Amino acid sequence: MQQIINFVIRNKTFLLFLFLFGLALALTIQSHSYHRSQFINSANSITGGVYSFSNSIDDYFSLKKENERLSEENKLLREALFNLEPSANEAVIDTSHFQKTYRVTTAQVYKNSYASPNNYLTINKGINDSVQQDFGVITSKGIVGIVDNVSGNYATVLSILNKKSRINAKLKSTNHKGSLSWDGIAPNITQLEDISTFAPVKVGDTIETGGESAIFPKGIGIGTITEINTDVSGDTYKLQVQLFNDMTNLGTIYIIENLDRLEINDLENNSNE
Amino acid sequence: MNSVLGINSIRFVALLLVQIMLCSNINFLGYVNPYIYIIFIFLFPIRENRMILLVSSFTLGMLVDMFLDSGGVHAAAAVFLAYARPVLLKTSFGMLYEHQSIKFSNTELGSLITYITFGTLIHHVVLFSLEIFNISYIFLILKKTLFSSIFTIILCILIIILFSRNKK
Repeated sequence: MQQIINFVIRNKTFLLFLFLFGLALALTIQSHSYHRSQFINSANSITGGVYSFSNSIDDYFSLKKENERLSEENKLLREALFNLEPSANEAVIDTSHFQKTYRVTTAQVYKNSYASPNNYLTINKGINDSVQQDFGVITSKGIVGIVDNVSGNYATVLSILNKKSRINAKLKSTNHKGSLSWDGIAPNITQLEDISTFAPVKVGDTIETGGESAIFPKGIGIGTITEINTDVSGDTYKLQVQLFNDMTNLGTIYIIENLDRLEINDLENNSNE
Repeated sequence: MNSVLGINSIRFVALLLVQIMLCSNINFLGYVNPYIYIIFIFLFPIRENRMILLVSSFTLGMLVDMFLDSGGVHAAAAVFLAYARPVLLKTSFGMLYEHQSIKFSNTELGSLITYITFGTLIHHVVLFSLEIFNISYIFLILKKTLFSSIFTIILCILIIILFSRNKK
């Protein structure tokens, strides 16, 4: 017993080092292996406070760009609205009695990273604004990611530029579906896998969300194909996709809540049993 | 004692804020960022207890991890550097370290550069190996280590020289 205590006292620095290094390693491995809930994350009031301070200064420098982006989006929406011809023989549906499927919230990006292999964004909406885990995040141009950790007033978003990210996507022209992932190299190129070689794929084709999961609605733009490779097995394509979004420059984002999400998930869980 | 504690606490907070607000947003050439918070570990007083250095490095790394959502990679790298520091000091300062009489403000520039260079390399290798966490990307790890190290070393030496001259 005496010897054990002596050993501990003699090697206390080394043991402390082992303990702290082991703890950090465990957290690292945890963050690499599980899809959800990092233990240490930036969705809390300390990090949120600091980022909100730096963002309040940073905001002024991007006001002009932000305005241009908004008027561009307004233009698109107005065009869509004016070209929506009300047809005479369509039965009038009183929509006020129907529950809508998607609810949209806006938020500001407080922190955005794209240089590491596992990127997260921090945004300024949280549980108090009824934002929860697994909500989709988009901009006017295309998808950004999925809400990961949430605190009172802040949330972290698992960016599509994250090795753990898997997003259901399809070709715009046909219904061939695959999954979108990222190889960790360029912040404007992602990879679309599992598209069957029967699909008519051309360079320049548009990729959009598939709408199979309860996170994103169908038909939100992702990007265009820049390179076509066949998988090792030869059955599926591996496509390089140039994103519509400039992931290095994000300001205002939209959070999409699917109001039928619980129902869909319940149903899927029941049929899996 | 009190002033040592004060200076190190201020350095801790200042380096943390500069790191997360400025240095992690540079993204030179898309991925090159300096990690200057390790100056805290380099300049930690030599006569102080090593246990305190280990714990404070871990805390600093953990806070950087929290702000950057990087799991525990910065904490691991910072603790590793803190543990390896005596070896680095011995190789770069030699006899001065044996006599416990190093003052970072008036050492030879050559020894200081050796010390910072080896320390930064050790820290960055651990950092990027853990961050990428895949042996098949060994070239990406080495490339990131090399470019970020150059950036970090230059900034660290400039900052240390700038602030030590002010005190005189």
